[in-house]
Amino acid sequence: MSQPLLEVKNLHIEFPTRRGILKAVEDVSFAIAPGEVLGVVGESGAGKSLTGAAIIGLLEPPGRIAGGQILLDGKRIDNLPYEQMRKIRGRQIGAIFQDPLTSLNPLYSIGRQLIETITTHLALSEAAARDRAIKLLEEVGIPAARERIEHYPHQFSGGMRQRVVIALALAAEPKVIIADEPTTALDVSIQAQIITLLKGLCRNHGTAVMLVTHDMGVIAETADRVAVMYAGRVVEIGPVADVIHKPQHPYTIGLMGSIPEFESKRDRLIQIDGAMPRLDAIPQGCAFNPRCTQVFDKCKTTRPNLMPAGATSAACWLHETRLQGAAA
Amino acid sequence: MSALVQLKNVSKTFDVSAPWLNRVIERKPQTFLHAVSEVSFEIKRGETLALVGESGCGKSTVARLAVGLYETSTGQVIIDGHDMKASNQGTDAARAMRRKVQMIFQDPYASLNPRWRVADIVAEPIRTHKLIANGPLLDKRVAELLGLVKLTAKDGEKYPHQFSGGQRQRISIARALASNPEFLICDEPTSALDVSVQAQVLNLMKDLQREMGLTYLFISHNLQVVHHIADRVGVMYLGRIVEIGDKDEVFGAPKHPYTRMLLDAIPDLHMTGIARTPVAGEVPNPLNPPSGCAFNPRCPKKFEPCDKARPQLVSFSGREVACYAATGQDKPVDMTTALA
Repeated sequence: MSQPLLEVKNLHIEFPTRRGILKAVEDVSFAIAPGEVLGVVGESGAGKSLTGAAIIGLLEPPGRIAGGQILLDGKRIDNLPYEQMRKIRGRQIGAIFQDPLTSLNPLYSIGRQLIETITTHLALSEAAARDRAIKLLEEVGIPAARERIEHYPHQFSGGMRQRVVIALALAAEPKVIIADEPTTALDVSIQAQIITLLKGLCRNHGTAVMLVTHDMGVIAETADRVAVMYAGRVVEIGPVADVIHKPQHPYTIGLMGSIPEFESKRDRLIQIDGAMPRLDAIPQGCAFNPRCTQVFDKCKTTRPNLMPAGATSAACWLHETRLQGAAA
Repeated sequence: MSALVQLKNVSKTFDVSAPWLNRVIERKPQTFLHAVSEVSFEIKRGETLALVGESGCGKSTVARLAVGLYETSTGQVIIDGHDMKASNQGTDAARAMRRKVQMIFQDPYASLNPRWRVADIVAEPIRTHKLIANGPLLDKRVAELLGLVKLTAKDGEKYPHQFSGGQRQRISIARALASNPEFLICDEPTSALDVSVQAQVLNLMKDLQREMGLTYLFISHNLQVVHHIADRVGVMYLGRIVEIGDKDEVFGAPKHPYTRMLLDAIPDLHMTGIARTPVAGEVPNPLNPPSGCAFNPRCPKKFEPCDKARPQLVSFSGREVACYAATGQDKPVDMTTALA
């Protein structure tokens, strides 16, 4: 792998509350190379969106980074003052959020929003910025861009709005894009269009993309590597085909089995009993142990770190015993 | 009679006109939105029919028409031989029918009263229909219902906010089952849930159907979920059913180009790395639908008759499909006379 563009090292995010500190993200590490798409999956509350928000420096207070580093092109960005981070946000790291309606200002035409973003980050005249805005809209597949640029967000459909949001994120040619559930609010036929678009743009511009979603299908089609998060930690990370077809962590196995598929003739889906623990009641040891079918003593006392497991890395003690078994 | 539920040519139009004064001053005509047009289907006892389609195709409106939350503009909803139309309401027979039809909603956060204890929420249908008088018998029944959905009697003491999304949806199911219904209408029951929790709810719904012989009308936009739970599938586009038939027929060999498009658009876990062909275009504005077949502007198989006359549902290779290209009816003249 070439030099990573974005690196997250041992990231901790916590929320101080009256009843103590809630650890929302613990010890998360990953890297994304140029042109690579890293998928981050997990259920609601697993900490995937928080990780994305921390990278673009938009953690909602009282949430704060409690430890670890975020490096962009080898330089730390997690400890930058607000004004400096503002310059990086948009210019070097773009963001696409779930709801395309709330990410656009309803009072301004999309052209004005695009031109504002472009002139803020690039040294271009108003007219040049306008040409660039039209070109961006064409690139994301908005027909009749020259006329549409005068329109307001409500005049666009959901899919078209999300294209505008992508155009906005691309406006200053960022090196990294954080896409937080970019297709969740869209219908399946539109979702396919947006994914194809995102993937093509990433390939053509060499952009590194962190794609946060809970939809395994979207990950399967878009991502090169996948990180599976559970209760604030990465429990498995590896190449997309291996994680999907040969998952190693019991949680990933359960997650994959609970997805209904056309090919399967199974009458019942595999279900993981119980629910993800609340942040104030994360069990000791492995956070998944109360729901795990293969739990043993060590799981309840000591927390596993990521260790090599098959073609991926998984945070599960089962693989330690397997490793030792192989060595013996 | 084998069909428990019958919808006969059901249509629903909403008046979406501008306010009266604006209409008079600006000389605007009244406008109507045809949310559902001429939808007919039957559901046999113990069977699951699923309706799929994109946002705005009218599938939730069909659900609300079937349960009686909306009144049909034209057409009939017949449940167990009983016409559910409004003029029949208020009678004892109608009330007895209402008991047999219950609904599960999409958002488990909005469909439970936050100020009521779970036991009261579950007991409400029993009290409304005066099935069991208050007392130990009612408590026993509520505990039994909570047990059915894998909750404990003690959970009845709690309030909805103390439960997770999946648990809340199971409370909704317990409430729906409280009046011993025969027909459950489920409007996107798992769309708001995470995938592992969705599996729990889907498994539970299948078990309950087997044990209690329930009949489901299942509304969803997720085709994999529908494939898992349904026996028969109806595909809707812009207020009309374009293809309806056995699940394996419709998903295994889709005939309508829209069904095929939907199936192709699903991100497939086995397709890792393979690009799919995205579909062009979007759902047209239902206020101003295209002439002829509503799908014709997006259809790859469009030919001459498609934008002239609307194709009707015809039986074709084991299912019903409304498409000229699929059924090989390329003579528009014949179809217009057939329509007349």
